[in-house]
Amino acid sequence: MSGNRAAAVTLRTARRTAHPAAWWGWALLLATAAGRTANPWLLLLIVAVAGLVVTCCRGSEPWSGAYRVFLFIGLSAIAVRMAFYIVFGGSDGPTVLFSLPSATLPAWAAGFRLGGEVTAEGALAAAYDGLRLATLLVCVGAANALASPRRLLRSVPAALYEVSVAVVVALSVAPQLVAGVGRVRRARALRGNTSRSPANLMRTVVSPVLHDALDQSLALAAAMASRGYGRAAGIPAPARRATSACLLIGLMGLCAGAYVLLGAGTPAPIAWAVVACSAAVAAFGIAFASKRVPHTRYRPDRFGARDWAIVASGAAAVAGTVLSGIYEPAALWPATNPLSVPELPMWAAAGILLATAPALLAPSSRGGAP
Amino acid sequence: MMNPGGIAFDHVTFAYAGAPVLDDVSFDLPEGEFCLLVGPTGAGKSTLLKTVNGLVPHFTGGTMAGRITVAGREVHGSTPADLADLVGYVGQDPLAGFVTDEVERELAYTAEQLGVAPAAMRKRVTEIVDLLGLADVRDRDLAALSSGQRQRVAIGAALVAGPAALILDEPTSALDPTAADEVLSTLHRLVHDLGVTVLLAEHRLERVAQYADSALLLVGGKVTAGSVGQILAASPIAPPVVELGRLAGWPGPPVTIREARRHAAPLREALAGRHPAPPAATFKPARRKSPASESGPPLLDARALTVDYPGGVRAVNGVDLVAARCERIALMGRNGSGKSSLLWALQGTGKRSGGMVAIGGDDPAARKPAERRTLAGLVPAEPADLLYAEKVAAECDGADRDGRVPVGTCAKILEDLVEGIDGGTHPRDLSEGQRLALALAVTLTAAPPLLLLDEPTRGLDYPGKAALASRLGKLAEAGHCVVVSTHDVEFCAEFASRVVILSDGEVVADGPARQIVAASPMFSPQVEKVLPGWLTVAEVAEALGGNGVDGVGTAGNGTGDGAGT
Repeated sequence: MSGNRAAAVTLRTARRTAHPAAWWGWALLLATAAGRTANPWLLLLIVAVAGLVVTCCRGSEPWSGAYRVFLFIGLSAIAVRMAFYIVFGGSDGPTVLFSLPSATLPAWAAGFRLGGEVTAEGALAAAYDGLRLATLLVCVGAANALASPRRLLRSVPAALYEVSVAVVVALSVAPQLVAGVGRVRRARALRGNTSRSPANLMRTVVSPVLHDALDQSLALAAAMASRGYGRAAGIPAPARRATSACLLIGLMGLCAGAYVLLGAGTPAPIAWAVVACSAAVAAFGIAFASKRVPHTRYRPDRFGARDWAIVASGAAAVAGTVLSGIYEPAALWPATNPLSVPELPMWAAAGILLATAPALLAPSSRGGAP
Repeated sequence: MMNPGGIAFDHVTFAYAGAPVLDDVSFDLPEGEFCLLVGPTGAGKSTLLKTVNGLVPHFTGGTMAGRITVAGREVHGSTPADLADLVGYVGQDPLAGFVTDEVERELAYTAEQLGVAPAAMRKRVTEIVDLLGLADVRDRDLAALSSGQRQRVAIGAALVAGPAALILDEPTSALDPTAADEVLSTLHRLVHDLGVTVLLAEHRLERVAQYADSALLLVGGKVTAGSVGQILAASPIAPPVVELGRLAGWPGPPVTIREARRHAAPLREALAGRHPAPPAATFKPARRKSPASESGPPLLDARALTVDYPGGVRAVNGVDLVAARCERIALMGRNGSGKSSLLWALQGTGKRSGGMVAIGGDDPAARKPAERRTLAGLVPAEPADLLYAEKVAAECDGADRDGRVPVGTCAKILEDLVEGIDGGTHPRDLSEGQRLALALAVTLTAAPPLLLLDEPTRGLDYPGKAALASRLGKLAEAGHCVVVSTHDVEFCAEFASRVVILSDGEVVADGPARQIVAASPMFSPQVEKVLPGWLTVAEVAEALGGNGVDGVGTAGNGTGDGAGT
């Protein structure tokens, strides 16, 4: 018994190490690094780093398989990008691989060319582009595999609680759908149904899966309601309205700030001023609303030194690409015309390698679950 | 006079549209009562339970009249969330109702919603953990728990807010006998320790009746209240021990095995020298050591069958199973002992990692799905998975097309299995028993000699289970080999000629049903506990009728023989 308890205590400390927000931060920084380059070596390195960290750090939860799913989505993104290049064309070069019958749309239809010559240079550029997109997707997949969406929910401010629960429930539908598809496909095999016609798939796979997902969501909603979610008892109506208003104003302020910042028309000082004001409004609104919200939290996750280290390792990857952008910009965006083997930018590569640090900082707690 | 602490219904009527589900229901449960809600499938038990915490009508719609009070507080006009501190509700499938992913968080969820201060919350969660015996798993993921532990977590989560009433809808329907016992004895202790009023609906009365203080019978929208004995004596749905008591004319009738044993001596004497009639006795004359000595090769021959899952989990570990036509095999074992994995691997659609399976000499896994289902048919745990169409008639036509058999085959099989299903009904609107029959008919359309059913009795009441057992018995007589995985010991007693017990993926016992269940306190049916050597009330009734003694002579006819291992 005491041995069990001791094991449980170590398990708890192990589990508490990595904050889900830290994983999302790390993954998004890695994605930012990927967005700053089209160098295939760097992109593949990022995919490998994400894969390594996921393998070392993920738990045994249902969403831990997300990395693989996103890897496949990434591969299909490359395939789609290539298909688009072949059909619609893009950058061209002298090395013609093969020719397709071509048609040029009239000028009023934007003068698109369909088919035509497929060149090695164009294909390579399309592949780099697809790989970049795939890498971004893989980074998101890594975050999904590492951070439980449900734990992330516990870290949002109390005022956003109800919104975030809705988001988390929506997120958790995805793994349920995956499990549902597996079950329904097995049942389909039991009926000897192997037809691949879309109409048949729609009727025998998609419709039962959606039906199940809907049933499950309703069951969950009923369970949450019976356990007090969305409870209004004990708060006077004016206070509730004031809380909602503060929250709404805060969120609108954030949106306005983001719009002004992204829109090119506003002079920078004014944009920043608007952003600062709206952020203040948002912070005040959320803080005020959070005070009014009657929920409490059980053992909230703390953002500790280890979590900062994880985020910092992600930031190192971005810093690496920034340094490479200064000292060796050509290597970050390798030319495809003429064809050449791209070089590996050292700064960026070093930064991305630093992003493997979480594999050592927060190894998996997988051994704890039987 | 209303009871201040308990649950009171005062002329409650509820209807969706048309005929009322609850019709002028009045009863009064005192504080701290453990009350059992009894009724046939589809009588509206779940609806009644959900009215207590407002899920009906808030989540379902419908019109409601009358007054429901819990601990003196009126339920009408409050949402389920507002009642969370007053009524704890535990649904049928605990996993579907979990909001978080860790035991402790799940326990704390309700307290978080109620805004309990963090320090008080920690204390309460710890108390609940100790009360429900969850100390060893409090840091685990919910997904890693056994089903009994999950159910206890669900109960604990409902109790954290300190509610006056606890409502449970079939809390043990998915559990094996051991886990069910664990959950029910925990509940029983809670009633004593916390004084919470418990209202519980359950089909498997044999598990629950002994714990309850009182019972409600819900039939046709009307509720009758009374002591457990009174209610079960009048109920169309009663556990075997009560049926036995009715048969023998015992006063009460007794609802627990202990009470029944006290009355059993005269009945035992009357039965002395008699033997249970077939079909359950078919094993005794025909015990053969080797299947090779039979007239033909066995229908099913599985050797060293192994099923591994990713992550190093071995669900089935070197199982040998040989079965002939006409055998009725019950596969028993705890949750997670590998029963489902074994069935799926035998059918061939589930992957196997090692060993061989031959059905009539053919390996089903090597065949295409369409051919595979002519060797072995499997009705999955969720029979609705097999059904796609919007109407029963369309479903039957689809099954005919899938199986490339003459039009009308499936409809005819369905008609033989259960009469009077309207072809225009949506499969999801059928009762559990009818839906199961439809899935069975769809499976039988391919005429597989081996028929596998995964947990078919969930949600079936006693008449439904008896009907299923007799249908499957007829199929076995017609030459099918029927293998059923089940937790339901009473169903097993009615159905099986042979019992195979799995534990951790290995066969730990295999033999004639009578011997195996008699040897295991966990898997023996109630009648066997009262009258050793007898499995079902029907057997006893037949023997007492005087014509049961010639049973041995008829053993060879029809119901066939089994292969001992």
